[in-house]
Amino acid sequence: MLKRLLASREVILLGAIGVLLALIATRFPGFVTPANLAGVFNDTSPLILLAVGQMIVILTKCIDLSVAANLALTGMVVSMINVAAPGLPIVVILLVAVGLGTALGMINGLLVWKLAIPPIVVTLGTMTIFRGMIFLLSDGKWVNSHEMSDAFKAFPRAQVLGLPMLSWIAIAAVILFTLVMTRTTLGRAFYAVGGNPHAATYTGLNVGKTQFWAFAISGALAGLTGYLWVSRYAVSYVDIAGGFELDVVAACVIGGISIAGGIGTVGGALLGALFLGVIKNALPVVNISPFWQLAISGSAIIIAVAFNARANREKGRIILKSAEHTA
Amino acid sequence: MARNAAAPVSPAGAPEPILALDAITKTFPGVKALSEVRLGLYPGQVTALIGENGAGKSTVVKILTGIYQPDGGAIRVNGQAVTFATAQDAADAGVTAIHQETVLFDELSVAENIFLGHAPRNRFGLIDWSTMERKAREILRGVGAEIEPSHKLRDLGIANKHLVAIARALSIDASVVIMDEPTAALSHKEIQELYELVDKLKAQGKAILFISHKFDEIFRIADRFTVFRDGQFVGDGHISDVTESDLVKMMVGRDVSQIFPTRNSQIGEEILQVAGYDHPTEFADIGFTLRRGEILGFYGLVGAGRSELMQALFGITTPPKGVTKIDGTVRVIRSPADAIHNGVVYVPEDRGKQGAITALPIFQNVTLPSLSKTSHRGFLRLAEEFKLAREYTRRLDLRAASLDTELGTLSGGNQQKVVIAKWLATQPKVIILDEPTKGIDIGSKAAVHEFMAELAAQGLAVIMVSSEIPEILGMSDRVIVMREGRIAAELAGDDLSPETLVRHAAGI
Repeated sequence: MLKRLLASREVILLGAIGVLLALIATRFPGFVTPANLAGVFNDTSPLILLAVGQMIVILTKCIDLSVAANLALTGMVVSMINVAAPGLPIVVILLVAVGLGTALGMINGLLVWKLAIPPIVVTLGTMTIFRGMIFLLSDGKWVNSHEMSDAFKAFPRAQVLGLPMLSWIAIAAVILFTLVMTRTTLGRAFYAVGGNPHAATYTGLNVGKTQFWAFAISGALAGLTGYLWVSRYAVSYVDIAGGFELDVVAACVIGGISIAGGIGTVGGALLGALFLGVIKNALPVVNISPFWQLAISGSAIIIAVAFNARANREKGRIILKSAEHTA
Repeated sequence: MARNAAAPVSPAGAPEPILALDAITKTFPGVKALSEVRLGLYPGQVTALIGENGAGKSTVVKILTGIYQPDGGAIRVNGQAVTFATAQDAADAGVTAIHQETVLFDELSVAENIFLGHAPRNRFGLIDWSTMERKAREILRGVGAEIEPSHKLRDLGIANKHLVAIARALSIDASVVIMDEPTAALSHKEIQELYELVDKLKAQGKAILFISHKFDEIFRIADRFTVFRDGQFVGDGHISDVTESDLVKMMVGRDVSQIFPTRNSQIGEEILQVAGYDHPTEFADIGFTLRRGEILGFYGLVGAGRSELMQALFGITTPPKGVTKIDGTVRVIRSPADAIHNGVVYVPEDRGKQGAITALPIFQNVTLPSLSKTSHRGFLRLAEEFKLAREYTRRLDLRAASLDTELGTLSGGNQQKVVIAKWLATQPKVIILDEPTKGIDIGSKAAVHEFMAELAAQGLAVIMVSSEIPEILGMSDRVIVMREGRIAAELAGDDLSPETLVRHAAGI
């Protein structure tokens, strides 16, 4: 049992993050102080939120490339609502963000479920459509810091027990979805549908509907992150979080979520996101050029995939009776 | 199964084999797959290679086609020892294989498939399309196939794809043709056409290695046989010198007539009534009943609509027109979930692909269709899941370190047990088994049959879809024969015989 635990992808990844931090500490001890690490975590929180949603989508053999565009569109909508009605309570803003994000995710889910269009095509399309909608809504104009209400901007930074609200929301999402994935029938359905869609169908699961819910969850988290993003950076425009969907997918892949579906955990997505977060935050500090940052992130992805491919490689069929017990 | 009276007489004197394996040994890490086996293939003759699953037949095919290299022994072509280091070497030596599932390219044209790798070139070194199509047409005509060489392979049916594979074999002027279970996916008529083709190839002097599980085919088509058991050579000879039971004895090393378990179930009240099932394209006018404790066999040729009917009954495909009554009450089954809820479960033909979720632990596989019982308002109750999984894996005598281990780490046989445990755990009233023993060896077949009899004895109603006549006759209380999407006959008792089954299935 202990051996299995030690060999799990999550523990290996945790070890890798530890080694990474130790290496950075030799060059720049200040990086590993609790305050700075908390800062890194807070910085990585949007990535964690999106990675958790993406993980569920990937688990069901799909992919959601529209998360960053969903984030940007929802972010723009809530910014404009805030400009138009500065007095609106933050709770309403949060509800609008989650609701709109969910609706956008459900559009992806419906297209995948009812029209059986490949997810990569659906979300590539909606990604572009969502970005286009931001342009139409905003006329390409920015919503700037001075136009946003103070309450709107203060929410993600509000300190609760020493951590900003943004961090707490990421922590809450990780806990909530760990429970969903391990303790609910819906979570079990995500694993079953991704692990073997044919078998899942025969056991009475509706594969398309399960994928629909995965997209809805991914959308909800993207919408929530949309508000948190624009309020934290106090700006909203067409291109915010451009290309961020690739970081999200990368975090999942590094976190051991199988692109083929059926394998992965919320913890893996969290660690994958943290790994990328540490690299992004540490490399400038230890004076490595941003081009190297990209190369290192890229290498990490390939190493992680190669590692997982090795671990998952089929052992071949045992055909001979005499070999059954030795294997 | 009638012996073919027209078995050819062996030519005067012992002919030399075109291709021979001599004391071939092949070892995989820790496993001896072949141990000093021999095999001879003679011009103008069909040699049947016979053995149970795991006897080493496919390893031999891979050695003959250069995919595996033997660790010991010699391959001789016309008496000369050769090595097939690559698949190309084997092809150059005139060996070609037609596989169970043809290894062809759907998106290429028929002519390209035939000439892939050795296409005729023009003087610029480019593919000479017109020559290629002309030659392809000639070869196809030679095998009696009316196929347009420029069509995409994708548009052909399975039988025509086989013909293309054979045409490909002929295009490289093969002297040795290996057919690995070529009839597995073919209908009765297509099989007859294949036989004719094999006869043609024989007449052209080609040596044919024919691998099949079906004795009627072997006796129809083969001149010689070679039997392997557990990677060892057991015997060979002329097919005209042996009977079916001789071969079975050699295959299993013991005297087995296929014995079916004695059935002693009490046939009870009607549990399932199907009436007026209609489907626009797949079946029509289907009505039958099923009683508790009964095994109802569904026989028919491949493509008679049996699996389609069962999938409709289980709610996998669009629900058919018609009425389904379970326990006397009309039930609407629109999805597998409805079917399971109403006590009907379906164990599909391909249990590996359609049954096991290898990345999930054993207990989660078992409880998957029963989650409504082991959860409360969408929340799982792990303790109850373990209890259910323990109960049913124990009933099937599954040995595993822990129910928490991933299913993928178990052997195939144990995975099979988990898949069956999964269905039994739903406590079904009706269980549909689609080809329950397809492709498994004789020993495992007996275990499956015994288990089926036990389920019926416990009062479960069983529908068994099977294409094997002995199994249908040995296990069923009653048999429905389907032909072209309709029920051709319902047979029981003295009406049941191989002849009546075949007659109704073929519509003679």
